[in-house]
Amino acid sequence: MKGTPGGTVTVRVRFFARYAELAGRAEGTLTVPLPATVSDVVDRARHEWPGASALPPEPLAAVNLRHVRLDASVSDGDEVALLPPLAGG
Amino acid sequence: MTHLTTAPLLLEPLLAEVTAPHCGGTCIFLGTVRDGPEDGGVTGIEYSAYDVMADAELERIVTETRRQWPGARIAVRHRLGLVPAEEASIAIAVATPHRADAFAACRHVIEEVKQRLPIWKKELRADGTATWVDPSGHPSMVGPQ
Repeated sequence: MKGTPGGTVTVRVRFFARYAELAGRAEGTLTVPLPATVSDVVDRARHEWPGASALPPEPLAAVNLRHVRLDASVSDGDEVALLPPLAGG
Repeated sequence: MTHLTTAPLLLEPLLAEVTAPHCGGTCIFLGTVRDGPEDGGVTGIEYSAYDVMADAELERIVTETRRQWPGARIAVRHRLGLVPAEEASIAIAVATPHRADAFAACRHVIEEVKQRLPIWKKELRADGTATWVDPSGHPSMVGPQ
């Protein structure tokens, strides 16, 4: 799906672990103008949710359950996750 | 979820999953919660995850490893929630026709897990403090629990 006729996309944003503590939330919904990248979503999150301004400049990110670079594009309905440094195992 | 659990990890079910007549070598890796001399009295680690993605990523790692070592049989479990010191947070079992491939494929799985799994850990200490573990070297205190 592309965005709306008005030229925007709405995505679900999820925060985990320390980032959820910083942002003061585990998830939210954001609308950004097209064409939109993960980086645009991160920038919007910083403005929308004050705690999210404390996120590092270039956080790890995933779109729809896959790791992506910050310049990856996002589409309407995507799930964008911002991931603290990974510590599995 | 097939690869994630909040229950203590058991080896017998993993071994049962990978045992096969054509496999003559089985390698098991356990990652356990450590409280070494430099760890500051860790009593346990609280594991949290982007669980749907972590499960999907583990499945991708298993599929890729099977492609790289044809015939390999692989089972992985990652534990979430509070894991007390000395207990296992991850268990990997790999069976292959010959032992060298079992060691190599098992090593591959744990290294990919370290690089790719969206799982986080908060170390809990006897003095009541807790720290988010950042493998890149920037731990951040989160205060008394």
